[in-house]
Amino acid sequence: MFRPAIALVALASGIGPAMAWEPTRPIEIVVPFSPGGASDQMARTIQGIIQKNGFTKAPIVVVNKPAAAGAEAMMEIKGAEGDPQKLLTTSTGVFLTPMTTKLDLAWTDYTPVAMLAEDAFALWVNAGAPYQSAQDFVEAAKASGAPLKVGGTGSKREDQLIALGVNKAAGINTIYIPHTGGGQASTQLAGQHLDATTNNPAEEVANWRGGATRPLCVFSAEALPYTEKVTEDESWHDIPTCASQGLDVQYQMLRGIFLPGGVTSEQQAYYVDLFTKVSETDEWKEYLERSALLPEFRSGEDFVTYLQGEEEKHRAMLSDAGFLVQ
Amino acid sequence: MENIQALMQGFELALSMHNILYMILGVLLGIVVGVLPGLGGPNGVAILLPLTFGMDPTSAIILLSSIYWGALFGGAITSILFNIPGEAWSVATTFDGYPMAQQGRAGEALTAAFTASFIGAICGVLLITLVAPLVASFALRFGPAEFFAVYLLTFCSFIGMGRENRGKIGISLCIGFLLAAVGMDSISGDMRMTWGSGELMRGFDFLVVVIGLFGVSEILMTVEEGLEFKGKNARIQMTVVLKTWAQMPRHFVTLVRSCAVGMWMGVTPGGAIAASFMGYGLARRFSRNGPNFGKGEIEGVLAPETAAHAAGTSALLPMLSLGIPGSATAAVLLGGLMIWGLQPGPLLFVEQKDFVWGLIASMYLGNLAGLIIVLLTVPLFAAIMRVPFGMVAPLILMVCAIGAYTIANSIFDIWLMLGFGIVGYVFKKLDYPLAPMVLALVLGDRAEEAFRMAMLGSGGDVGVFAANGLVSTLIVFALTLLLWGPISDLMARLRGKVATE
Repeated sequence: MFRPAIALVALASGIGPAMAWEPTRPIEIVVPFSPGGASDQMARTIQGIIQKNGFTKAPIVVVNKPAAAGAEAMMEIKGAEGDPQKLLTTSTGVFLTPMTTKLDLAWTDYTPVAMLAEDAFALWVNAGAPYQSAQDFVEAAKASGAPLKVGGTGSKREDQLIALGVNKAAGINTIYIPHTGGGQASTQLAGQHLDATTNNPAEEVANWRGGATRPLCVFSAEALPYTEKVTEDESWHDIPTCASQGLDVQYQMLRGIFLPGGVTSEQQAYYVDLFTKVSETDEWKEYLERSALLPEFRSGEDFVTYLQGEEEKHRAMLSDAGFLVQ
Repeated sequence: MENIQALMQGFELALSMHNILYMILGVLLGIVVGVLPGLGGPNGVAILLPLTFGMDPTSAIILLSSIYWGALFGGAITSILFNIPGEAWSVATTFDGYPMAQQGRAGEALTAAFTASFIGAICGVLLITLVAPLVASFALRFGPAEFFAVYLLTFCSFIGMGRENRGKIGISLCIGFLLAAVGMDSISGDMRMTWGSGELMRGFDFLVVVIGLFGVSEILMTVEEGLEFKGKNARIQMTVVLKTWAQMPRHFVTLVRSCAVGMWMGVTPGGAIAASFMGYGLARRFSRNGPNFGKGEIEGVLAPETAAHAAGTSALLPMLSLGIPGSATAAVLLGGLMIWGLQPGPLLFVEQKDFVWGLIASMYLGNLAGLIIVLLTVPLFAAIMRVPFGMVAPLILMVCAIGAYTIANSIFDIWLMLGFGIVGYVFKKLDYPLAPMVLALVLGDRAEEAFRMAMLGSGGDVGVFAANGLVSTLIVFALTLLLWGPISDLMARLRGKVATE
């Protein structure tokens, strides 16, 4: 007689939804890049926000699996099918890795939870370089005897696709030099070992503020929304788009969270709710502004449709570049 | 002088009661983390990072950097007692530290290692204090060609200075390069020698290989020798600390040389690993006791430890001023800085004076606290050597297995560790040196990457390696060191012939 009574009370007082799935063990956020990178920063910020605000009772652990440009982490999450305590932070790598390697991976192996933001890219040059606009850079590349050196993160990934896009759009021939991280590329640019980088804002902001490098244009459709001054006289918003400077290359990268495949829709819903809460905090908004990330929250069908569209776009870009393996 | 003033303010900040408590807590935690191989500094710092979000950034970084110091000290303990390097830069410490422990001189070796670490670290901090802005911009001069030259210099100084059979050194080195090539090639993004295996895609983790090559193979060797009770002479007295210190002035030159090597390698982001090998290699060649290296020579412990810590500490400079982490632990600290809202980079020294100088002051104090704490534990750890090996061996093997597993949470790594244990055993039986293989494994892929980036940039022109004063000096220096060994041997032989005639 006792148990039904409790159930009734629970129903009557509306505690019903609280009976839904909740994590019982520590939640592991697997980061496919090394500590200190943009993905890692995002994961650790999320970890901090969730713990500080007590959004879940389960402890949160961030685990870095940087090997093979993120493929290691993807293999691990693929192997963790049905485990609702593991999360994967992803970027466009979720399409690029399967398409450029012979590994048996696909983004459809995972359960999409939420897209948290979009990351912009810009064309950066050394602060002392003579180029004042994207057009100057293109002219210089045409005039230069040896090809100009453009640096970015990884091989056959976003940064290289952008660099190739620039070559194609402007009819120039620059050489792309892959680095292990955006920070490394930024330092090399500051030391004038490179002529340009295609880094994300967060990867260059330190050197921009320090007066070592500066952006020529962003590869986005519109100027970035943040109008707060970053350097003494410029804000993110003040950087012109590349298209407006006659260099028609556009690219933005998703940053999102996936669960392993084979989890229940209740478990998925739990995390959608969790990340919705995270995305509404002030700390998250501060983080977005600091890293010049664009707030683009998507979940459910909306996210899946977006992913399908992006996959097709990348397939075409990779096939153009000759990087497509499967 | 402005720096000194800022430093004094930093001391004031770091010396507040709660910051001192954090410092001691951090060092103790760090020692525990450092003693367990595999758990290592980066993981230790990463695990504790979230705890510090509620603290003010200065206290947080003091706690975390103290863990880092503690882990650096702790790493030497297992290297010396069990031949298991907890961190990559402790490998060179095992070469003489472990033989010393086997001879019952564990206390002496531990004291030497700790003191050397302290001296190295203090050299590094002095460098940061005095010439921070100047040195920071120097690191910017390093492009791919310069990086390659630094790695080449490390290989050459270590190999050219070797006293083993040169053919065997070469073979060991090549096997190391081969192992380093497994996994994803970062320039083309393709998989190399992974045979379609997801486990091999990660490449061979240095620590797994080293735990096997050194720790496990040593257990095999000892078992073969009949579980001898080697540590019975280990005396447990605090006086061993003082006796070891009394020897220090005799090794002054080695200490200074290693400090210089370490600071140079730390600033030129060559890193602590390269520094420890280079420090050891140079000491072996230039020390009067060179021939005794590898057999339990105290200088063989002092040289790599001093160099590694001078480098490890100086490496924090590029991290703070340029935002490039010099080590994995530094990378985690870097992540922490950003979460606390501090932007590492050229402006950190200008905008966050309190924080930067508080941190630098805590480097002095943290190291001093660390030294005192670890020295007090010397008798305790040395006593472990009195426990019969038959009882310790299974325990060591277990610690090795846990260490290998923790690195990537992979069971496969435990098998790999055992496999490399057998490889290490065979190498020792056939009298092949392990060190060149380890060195090639750690720095091989970085050297390759730097070389290929330089080639990409120059359009295949080898001239980049002589393109400016810095890179050509490094290359010439490297080749000199490489040829020094063979030539001086040849000269000695000729002279010997003349003498016998």
